[in-house]
Amino acid sequence: MAQKEYAGVMVEVNNEGYFENSNQWNKEVAAAIAKENNLELTDKHYQVMDFLRERVAKGEALTIRSIGKSGIVDIKGFYELFPGAPLKLATKLAGLKKPLSCV
Amino acid sequence: MKRFVILGAGTAGTMMANKMDKYLDKSEWEIVVLDRNNTHYYQPGFLFIPFGMYKAKDVVKKKSAYLPKRVNFIVADIGKIDADRNTIIYGDGKELVYDILIVATGTVPSPSETPGYLGDRWYKNIFDFYTFEGAVALSEHFESFKGGKLVVTITELPYKCPIAPLEFVFLADAFFTKKGIRDKVELFFTTPMSGAFTKPIATKMLGALLEEKRINVVTDFYVEGVDEAKNVIRSYDGREVEFDTLVVVPVNLGDELIASSGLGDDMNYVVVDKETLQSTIKPNVFAIGDAANLPTSKAGSVAHFASEVLFENLKAYIAGQPLAHKFDGHANCFIETGFGKATLIDFDYTHEPYPGEYPVAGIGPMTLLGVTRINHWGKLAFKPIYWEFLLKDRKMPVSNRFSMTGKRV
Ligand SMILES: Cc1cc2nc3c(=O)[nH]c(=O)nc-3n(C[C@H](O)[C@H](O)[C@H](O)COP(=O)(O)OP(=O)(O)OC[C@H]3O[C@@H](n4cnc5c(N)ncnc54)[C@H](O)[C@@H]3O)c2cc1C
Repeated sequence: MAQKEYAGVMVEVNNEGYFENSNQWNKEVAAAIAKENNLELTDKHYQVMDFLRERVAKGEALTIRSIGKSGIVDIKGFYELFPGAPLKLATKLAGLKKPLSCV
Repeated sequence: MKRFVILGAGTAGTMMANKMDKYLDKSEWEIVVLDRNNTHYYQPGFLFIPFGMYKAKDVVKKKSAYLPKRVNFIVADIGKIDADRNTIIYGDGKELVYDILIVATGTVPSPSETPGYLGDRWYKNIFDFYTFEGAVALSEHFESFKGGKLVVTITELPYKCPIAPLEFVFLADAFFTKKGIRDKVELFFTTPMSGAFTKPIATKMLGALLEEKRINVVTDFYVEGVDEAKNVIRSYDGREVEFDTLVVVPVNLGDELIASSGLGDDMNYVVVDKETLQSTIKPNVFAIGDAANLPTSKAGSVAHFASEVLFENLKAYIAGQPLAHKFDGHANCFIETGFGKATLIDFDYTHEPYPGEYPVAGIGPMTLLGVTRINHWGKLAFKPIYWEFLLKDRKMPVSNRFSMTGKRV
């Protein structure tokens, strides 16, 4: 397990950079990780991250489809917000474990 | 008279009916099972049909033949569960009141969710193998298949039997090799995951097998739809994969009736406690098998292991005691790798698949994460075991709980 400092907070992360403990997350931390990924966060980004954190807190699996149905963004929009592999990037920025949506 | 109702007479519903039949007093309880048809498919057999290894008769039987005599089996489409009134609404508005309900309606491939799947090309050069019809249509297609780009695509997570698409490409590699046309077939595997499987050790092992068998893997590929004019599938990030024949694992969804009952999540899976299998919304409702929103594989083996836990918890529930039995998410899957061999994985909610022996430490006879002939025989033996032991709830020599004995970390 490694430690990384984001916005003055020491965070436990795994070797791929996902949080070990989602309580160590806050908005400033997210902004710092976003910067590392050349992203500027908007309200929409935060809305998506809040949605993901709520789902995980309820023990529910994360899918791109569920984000498309969340009423926050459609799937295309989700790709625009978090380019590349959006679910992985968004969960990382939201301070969550890597999504194992399919096991 | 109290009424115990099971929705769905597939793998999980049939197992539970047989268990409850032995337990529930006939003078106190009526058992009712509802299903929309009387055809029981052995779904794992669908994998073998396209390659001519199984025929229709291997996978099709009557549901009623596997249900206990005392069960009142009703063939009808269930339209709605009114959980507030403990009532099932089916057929032409008929109603059935229950005391306890098990939802075992499984999950269904829904190709209509993806633009282009169900167009003119469906069952011409776009197929699924998750349905009996799809598997049969594909077997006919392969009879005249002379070569080209064969693309296997996972559309969305979760879907049932997570390794079936991998087995499909492994078997396709062997099938075309035996036909002498492997050099004319380019095999592609696209997945929304970032590797062959979700758990790291198994992903590494399966990834190496894919490479060895010259199967091109396209990861993080999230299908937006098919461009029928160009014969390509396109992902949301704009990448395209060209195909001559496309084999899709469509979006899988729980049945519509779960959506209307207010008991489900946004993919129509019944929201249950992942350890007790009890609905988190209504205590007299339970779900098992693919219909439940458990964070483990949607597989027959999971339904089997979970059935033992659910049975104990139902006994406790009826007796007014706390639900003390906890399901650990145990899953166990044979993975056909072609040429008469297979591998095997065994895991649960917290442990990923490790190498080792199964079910007996140091002895096996199965080898976890190894590719062996005995594993393949294990997979083939599963068909008679399924029909004769599993569905009928006869004792089997495997534990329902995951165990670390025999595993090497
Ligand atoms: C190609 C393939 C390969 C597989 N390989 C394996 C394997 O190797 N190992 C393994 O363990 N598992 C495997 N599986 C998965 C396994 O078949 C399923 O996980 C298992 O059948 C799930 O059982 P179930 O009872 O939850 O659902 P099902 O067996 O699908 O039963 C659901 C039942 O509910 C009924 N139903 C649904 N909705 C309604 C409604 N509204 N009204 C009335 N009736 C309704 C359906 O008609 C059906 O009979 C495979 C599946 C496929 C498709």
